[in-house]
Amino acid sequence: MHRLLRFLLVLALLTPGAVMAEDHQGGHEEEHGAHGHGHEAGKELTPEEQRAVNKEFVIHHTKDSYDFGIFSDESTGAHYGFPLPVILWDDGLHVFLSSAFHHGEEVVESNGNHYMLNYHGDGKIYKCDAEGHILEETTVDEETGEVSVAQLAPLDFSITKNVFVSILMCVLLFFVFRGVAKSYKSGLAPSGSAKFFEPIIVFVRDEIARPNIGEKHYKKYMPYLLTVFFFIWFLNLAGMTPLGINVTGNIAFTAALAILTYLITTFTAKKDYWMHIVWMPGVPVPMKIILFPIELLGTIIKPFALMIRLYANMLAGHIVLGMLLVTVFYFGAVAAKGAFIGLTFFLNIIELLVALLQAYIFTMLSALYFGSASEEHDHDHAHAH
Amino acid sequence: MEKLWNEFSVGLFFWQTLLFLALLFLLRKFAWKPILNAVNEREQKISDSINQAEKAQQELEALKAQNEDLLKEARAERDAMIKDAKATASKMVEDAKTQAKEEGAKLLASARESINAEKAAAITELKTQVASFSIEIAEKVVRGELSSADKQKALADKLVDDINMN
Repeated sequence: MHRLLRFLLVLALLTPGAVMAEDHQGGHEEEHGAHGHGHEAGKELTPEEQRAVNKEFVIHHTKDSYDFGIFSDESTGAHYGFPLPVILWDDGLHVFLSSAFHHGEEVVESNGNHYMLNYHGDGKIYKCDAEGHILEETTVDEETGEVSVAQLAPLDFSITKNVFVSILMCVLLFFVFRGVAKSYKSGLAPSGSAKFFEPIIVFVRDEIARPNIGEKHYKKYMPYLLTVFFFIWFLNLAGMTPLGINVTGNIAFTAALAILTYLITTFTAKKDYWMHIVWMPGVPVPMKIILFPIELLGTIIKPFALMIRLYANMLAGHIVLGMLLVTVFYFGAVAAKGAFIGLTFFLNIIELLVALLQAYIFTMLSALYFGSASEEHDHDHAHAH
Repeated sequence: MEKLWNEFSVGLFFWQTLLFLALLFLLRKFAWKPILNAVNEREQKISDSINQAEKAQQELEALKAQNEDLLKEARAERDAMIKDAKATASKMVEDAKTQAKEEGAKLLASARESINAEKAAAITELKTQVASFSIEIAEKVVRGELSSADKQKALADKLVDDINMN
C-alpha cells in the first residue's frame, strides 16, 4: 500500500517533467507525420496545412480510442502500444481485439458482419461491406418527404482506453482506500497512507458536506461525495501523465456522474424542495406561476452545468497543453522552442491545480444540490422571508 | 451541441456508470464506513478526554477548596482548644491558690490555737512549779525560822507584831 501511494506521489510530482519528455516524443511523431503526409502529396505543407495537421493531431489525442497507444511513428506507420477488446452489439455479440482494425486500415469481419474504424474521422466504429464502404440507411419522412441518410453503427460497448484507465483507477482507488481503512485497525491514530488521505477525507466531510448539506443529513451523502471526489481527482491526475489519457474531459464520463448527482438529488429530495419548485413560498402568486417552469428547468440545468463544467475544463486543459507542445515543433528557433517548453511546464503545474480544483468543484456543487434537496425549512421562518 | 452529441459514446457512458457504481458500493463498504467511523470514534475520544480532564481539574479545585476549609476549621478548633486550655489552666491555678490560702489560713489558725493551748498549759505548769517552789522555799524558810526555840519565839513575836500593827 505504501508503495502504491509513493508511486502515485512520484507520478504527480514528476508529471510536468514527464510530459516534457513526451513533448519530444509527440513532437517528433508530429514532424514525421507531417513529413509523411507531405511526401504523399509530393510537396511541402503550407503553414495553413501544417496548422490543420497539428490541430487534428491534438484533437485526436484528446479522444477516446480502441487501443492503448503509447507512441506511434507515422512516417513508417508503426504504432506502439497494446490493443483492447472491442465489444459490439449488432443482432448478436461481436467481440474481437482492436488490433484487427490496424488503426482503421482494415475491415473486420465478425460473424458475417463487416465493421470498420473511422480512424481519421470521428474515431467510431461503423458497419460496412467487405470493401470498406460504410452502410447507410435512407429514411424518408412520410409527412414532409425529407430524405435523411444515416450511417449504420453498431451498439458499441468496447473496453476503450478510457474504460480501461477507469478500471485501473477503480482498482487503485479500492486498494489505496482499503489500505487506509485497514490502517485504523492497529490504532485510531492515522498511519501510513492514512496520514496523507485522512486530512483530505476530513476536508470533504467538514468543508464540503457539513456546511452545504447540514449536520442532520450529511452522513448519507458522504460515500458518494468521497467517491466522486477521489475518482475525478485520480482520473484527472492520470490525465496528467504522458500517456494521453483524457477520461474526465469526455462528455460521456461527466454525463454519467452528473446524471448520478441529478438522480440522487431527485430521489432524496424532501417536501420542501418540491414546494420551492412548484409553489415558491414568500412571493406573490403571479411570481409563483412564473417561477415554476424556471425552477423546474433549473433542476436539469444544474447537473447539466456540472457535466459541461468538468468536461470543458479538462478538455480545454488538454487541448491547450497539446497545442503548446505542437507549437514547440512549429517554430524553428531554439529560443522559441525553449520559451514554449517553459510555458508548457508552467501550464502543467496549473493543470495539476486544476485537476484538484475541478474534483473539488464537482463535489462541492453536488453537495450543494444535495443540501437543497434535503433541506427542511422551519415553516414560520420560511414565511418570514 | 450537435458536436457534443456526436462525441457522446453510449458504450463509454454505460461502462463509466457501471464502474462508478461498483466503485461507490465497494468503497462505501470497505473504505468510507470504516474510515469515517474511525475518525468519528477518535474525535469522540478526544473530546471525551478533554471533558474528562476539565472535570478532573474542577474536581481537583473543589478538593483544594475543601482542604483549605478543613484546614481553616482545624486551625480555628486548635485556637479554641488552646484558649480553652489556657482558661482552664489559669482557673486551676487560681483555684489552687485560693485553696492553698484557705489551707494556710486554716493551718495558721490551728497552729495558733495549739500554741495558745500549749502556752496555757505551760503557764499552768509554770504556776504549779512556781507554787511548789514557793511552798518548798516557804517550807525551807519556815524550817529555818522554826529551827530553834528562839527563832520560833521571834517569829511568833514578829507575827504578833504584824498582827498588832494591823
